[in-house]
Amino acid sequence: MTFAEIQNQAKSDWDSLYHGQAPHILIGTATCGRAAGALSVVEAFNKELAKRNAEAKVAEVGCIGLCSLEPLVTIIKPDSFAVCYNNVIPQVVPTLVEGYVLGDDPCLDLALGTLGGGEGEAVYIPELSRFEHEHRLLLRNCGYIDPGNINHYIANGGYSSLAMALKMEPAAIIEEIKSSGIRGRGGAGFPTGRKWELCRQAPGETKYVICNADEGDPGAFMDRVVLESDPQQVIEGITIAAYTVGAHDGFIYIRAEYPLAIERLKLALEQAKNLGMLGDNILGSGFSFDIEIVEGAGAFVSGESTALMYAIEGRRSMPRARPPHSVKSGLWGKPTVLNNVKTYAYVPLIIARGADWFSSLGTEGSKGTAVFALAGKMVSTGLAEVAMGTTLHELIFDIGGGIRSGKKFKAVQIGGPSGGCLPESMLRTPVDFDSLHKAGAVMGSGGVIAMDEDNCMVDTAKFFLDFIQKESCGKCSTCRIGTKHMLDILEDITAGKGKIEDVDLLVELGEDIGGGSMCGLGRTAPNPALTTIRYFRDEYEAHILEKRCPALVCKELIAYYILPDKCERGCEHCVLACPVEAIGSTEKGIKVIDQTKCTKCGSCQLVCPPEYNAVVKLSPPSLVPAAGAKDKG
Amino acid sequence: MEELKQKLSDILKPDKKNRRHLIYLLQAVQQKSGYLSKEAMLAIADFLDIPGSTVYGIATFYNQFRFTPLGKHPVKVCMGTACHLVGGKLVLEAMARELDIEVGGITPDHEFSLDRVACVGCCALAPVVVIGDSVYPKMTPPKVEEALVIIKPVSQEQSEKQ
Repeated sequence: MTFAEIQNQAKSDWDSLYHGQAPHILIGTATCGRAAGALSVVEAFNKELAKRNAEAKVAEVGCIGLCSLEPLVTIIKPDSFAVCYNNVIPQVVPTLVEGYVLGDDPCLDLALGTLGGGEGEAVYIPELSRFEHEHRLLLRNCGYIDPGNINHYIANGGYSSLAMALKMEPAAIIEEIKSSGIRGRGGAGFPTGRKWELCRQAPGETKYVICNADEGDPGAFMDRVVLESDPQQVIEGITIAAYTVGAHDGFIYIRAEYPLAIERLKLALEQAKNLGMLGDNILGSGFSFDIEIVEGAGAFVSGESTALMYAIEGRRSMPRARPPHSVKSGLWGKPTVLNNVKTYAYVPLIIARGADWFSSLGTEGSKGTAVFALAGKMVSTGLAEVAMGTTLHELIFDIGGGIRSGKKFKAVQIGGPSGGCLPESMLRTPVDFDSLHKAGAVMGSGGVIAMDEDNCMVDTAKFFLDFIQKESCGKCSTCRIGTKHMLDILEDITAGKGKIEDVDLLVELGEDIGGGSMCGLGRTAPNPALTTIRYFRDEYEAHILEKRCPALVCKELIAYYILPDKCERGCEHCVLACPVEAIGSTEKGIKVIDQTKCTKCGSCQLVCPPEYNAVVKLSPPSLVPAAGAKDKG
Repeated sequence: MEELKQKLSDILKPDKKNRRHLIYLLQAVQQKSGYLSKEAMLAIADFLDIPGSTVYGIATFYNQFRFTPLGKHPVKVCMGTACHLVGGKLVLEAMARELDIEVGGITPDHEFSLDRVACVGCCALAPVVVIGDSVYPKMTPPKVEEALVIIKPVSQEQSEKQ
């Protein structure tokens, strides 16, 4: 089949669904949708449609990035609006089928908005103002096309870049990628075109391309969503890279914690192969290339490029010193190009729309868009794609909707364990490689986690160091031993055993670890501690000098206390919820916590009816009135 | 050893007889048996013709591998950043308390095992617990008890104790 024939076939498959006479229903079933119960919604729709003998079709799609609104359902009808419904539960499915699938009532009380865009344009929901701030390239099809059907991708313009690239000289492709200004999206930001050029020039017959899908940063899930929602764009990008550098074997290294992404990738590879987009003699060009999936076995350091190559070789993923660079001597000592999932996904767009178009987006040093995973205390968590240079403020407040429950913004953690915590005064920082680096954070893979007044910055630093310390591969002593020392000090501080000189010691250790470690993991490991000290030194001092945790987080420095005048005496919620039977009653029926038994799990506070709100946290624990103990009797 | 190799023959296939497939083989054996026994690791070493210490060295380097059996309902509590910020640790502690086992342990009836994981990528629904293949969003210590009771009703648990 020629590519034009493949396109026609894809188009008719697409049209039969999207332009047919019957309504059809899109249901987001990426991991976050599933966690929110999307599969039972799919089942409910199928059951209800069968019961009503309705002609509508159900299509499982990926994630549009509005994770907090999942399960998300869109009903598309010929000659009418496509309407999205959020937080759908199986119980409302009959109403939706009756109302909008079969009837003409769009059930506005259940609706989120309408679905705009599509057919090659990025999909969006015009009723949500956040989309005005976004610029979706990689996410353009997410939540719209069926990731399990390659025809949907092709019908929306997919694989035409590969067909075009296979007719181009590799040098011309490199020139295009270089002048687009794209830098690697894995975090370090190395110019992609330059990397490809170096690999192409490297001597040797056998070369490899690798896609890094080992998205290990806790709090980041952009790659997962891209792979679960629109995997073909990544495969197309990898194939163009392989053609350009002259590789015939490719690998996608993906973490085993993403079973659904692996399943969808496997299916996508199989479909690409069946249509001749992969395998021997791709699209009749004479170029042959195949991709193998390698499942990671869970090691954060595997995301480092040299370490990842060792992991594919079946060895311990411990980074090595460079040079030689991987583009000269990588996997099995052969020249290798390794890029992130998102970097590859941009490639087809750059080929199709041109380098000038891409470089017109973004800032001087960082071109294009960036995909961020918004998590933490934001109102609308999920994915966002914005032009490089958008400010953190826009990202958190205009797209993320600000901090939930009326709490006050305290800090934003950006870049994962390698990144830093930035305070409110830094919110005007534009998100691009260079500005973030200057602020002490890094672009990293793109996790953005908002923290509010209830989050302790010392505890946050401890959390990241605990993570890094566990994940340090142990090769460099500065990282292996240094992070352990830093963690020990932070544990002391959060337990109220810190000394004021510890803060400067942490800074000194941090600088030495950063300077003395070989790979990116070690070099950036102290960032969370260093940035929290730089911007939130007062919190460290409160822990050390006053034995007080201002955010009421650090267990050793807080106590739960039941306000006697607020406690509704007849209520037993807290008593029943306490897992260690630490709550008793006074003669008057007022509940009292036995501080010696309390494990500070917080259950009593969670179950205390909001109209009483009698359970409070106090820091330091010495604030608990002594009378409480006496009352107990 | 021969008997075990026979049992693993669908995994230890000739096309996988290459050092680079070591991690895959460990994953496949763990998938089949739930954990990596010493015997299984030695069988893999023998199959690839490499020292047992190499296999053990690789297996202990990666977080995915476990050396004790997994419960019928493996419980994984996410300890990623987003989960940590909203009380993931309290959920882990509640889970350990309810199941009465340590992290990394298994209940005496082999029903539940408990592990912490770095991030399951469902940060928008934090804190998250994964039991079997199901993701439990927005967990709290009181919800831990509920989730466990649904999987294994208390009456059954009690009758087993008696």
